[in-house]
Amino acid sequence: MKNLWLILTKYNAFFFFVVFFVFAYYLVVQNNTFQRASAVNSSNELVGAAYAKINGWKSYLHLSEDNALLAEENARLKEQLQRLMAPDSLEQGTVVDSSEKVQYHYIVAKVTNNSIHQKNNYITLDKGRIHGIKKGMGVISASGIVGIVLNVSDHFSTVQSLLHSETRVSAALEDSKAFGSLTWGDSYDAQVGTLKDIPNHVKVRKGEAVFTSGFSLFPPGIPIGRVIQTGVSGGDSFLDIKIELSTQFHNLQHVYVVDDILAAERTELESQNENNG
Amino acid sequence: MAKIFVNNIVRFVVLVILQVFLFKNIGYYNLAIPFPYILFILLLPVGIPNFLLYCIAFFTGITVDAFYDTLGVNAAACVALVWARILFIRITLQTDQYESYLTPLWGNVPFRWYFLYVTVLALFHHAVLFMMETFSFHQFHYTIIRVLLSCIFTVIIILLFSLLFYRKKQR
Repeated sequence: MKNLWLILTKYNAFFFFVVFFVFAYYLVVQNNTFQRASAVNSSNELVGAAYAKINGWKSYLHLSEDNALLAEENARLKEQLQRLMAPDSLEQGTVVDSSEKVQYHYIVAKVTNNSIHQKNNYITLDKGRIHGIKKGMGVISASGIVGIVLNVSDHFSTVQSLLHSETRVSAALEDSKAFGSLTWGDSYDAQVGTLKDIPNHVKVRKGEAVFTSGFSLFPPGIPIGRVIQTGVSGGDSFLDIKIELSTQFHNLQHVYVVDDILAAERTELESQNENNG
Repeated sequence: MAKIFVNNIVRFVVLVILQVFLFKNIGYYNLAIPFPYILFILLLPVGIPNFLLYCIAFFTGITVDAFYDTLGVNAAACVALVWARILFIRITLQTDQYESYLTPLWGNVPFRWYFLYVTVLALFHHAVLFMMETFSFHQFHYTIIRVLLSCIFTVIIILLFSLLFYRKKQR
């Protein structure tokens, strides 16, 4: 007991330090929201990492079952494949009219006027109303999307380019399938657009491809570009993703105007939602 | 004895006021932030009892924290500073000085010792302070740069202060 007391007095500086420091630390964690949150988070991180490790080990235990399942599935798929490879013509009774399944028609047009250096850019096409172009159709090129038809005359039509502060296109990321709206935004570069409204928790990879989602005028799966930069815009819960556009706006020659045959039906159906309330 | 007491109280008031009203607003982008209020703790008499020293430092830290809205961060840093101070003094000073009520100010002590004393203790204080403030090892190099630059800033200001009150004393 005496020795303990001796140690305590001899190294009193250190023990006082521990006592006071622990008290200060307690105050920090207790009274500052940021530190409290990060203290809790780091413990969560620890727990999460432990669970991930355990799961990694546990997955080995199920390998044989998984293998059996996969082998079974392989057998089933092979059987199906064989049936398809050697079709019995007698079994195919109905003939499917594929023309009814086509949703999109493409009208080829040539660019007669184009700009990329304005804040709001427009493109003029050499096809118009008599060729079947209507207001609001989507316009794509071989390399990506171009814009939306704005006005139509008999022989010409103007397109509100993607390089326009008002143009918004529904776009989806390749990996996560998360969709947001693509705008040219505040960019001044004809090759760079911004993908907005992608929530924070979605993991975005640099170089990830971006496609049209099919929710707007464009058919799904048309390439838009690649992610070049991602990050959170100050204090927002959405990501701000910079996209390198795949469309070469500066040497645009031929474009396709997308005629969505079912568009009228869809907008009519969707407008009923709003009517009801 | 009374003079030392009054001197320290005046020093406390002046340094804390300067810290929270002047130096709080001075900084090089969030990278170099001066904390010259630690001069008060550095200049407490050498022979002061440890417990009292810790109490004073803790109180000083809490006072500064109250103005910085970071309850406990500066207090923790000051407590760490005091521990470093006790060790530093025990290692570098002789026992007779160690038990006197000498104020470790340039003029009473040689400049080289004083410079080392201020630098080492400021470094210690700032390291604890910024670690507590950042509270993670994420971007650790950034924290280290902040510690080093702030330390240089603080040491320069403290040396300027000391120059202001420099008096060659007979020792």
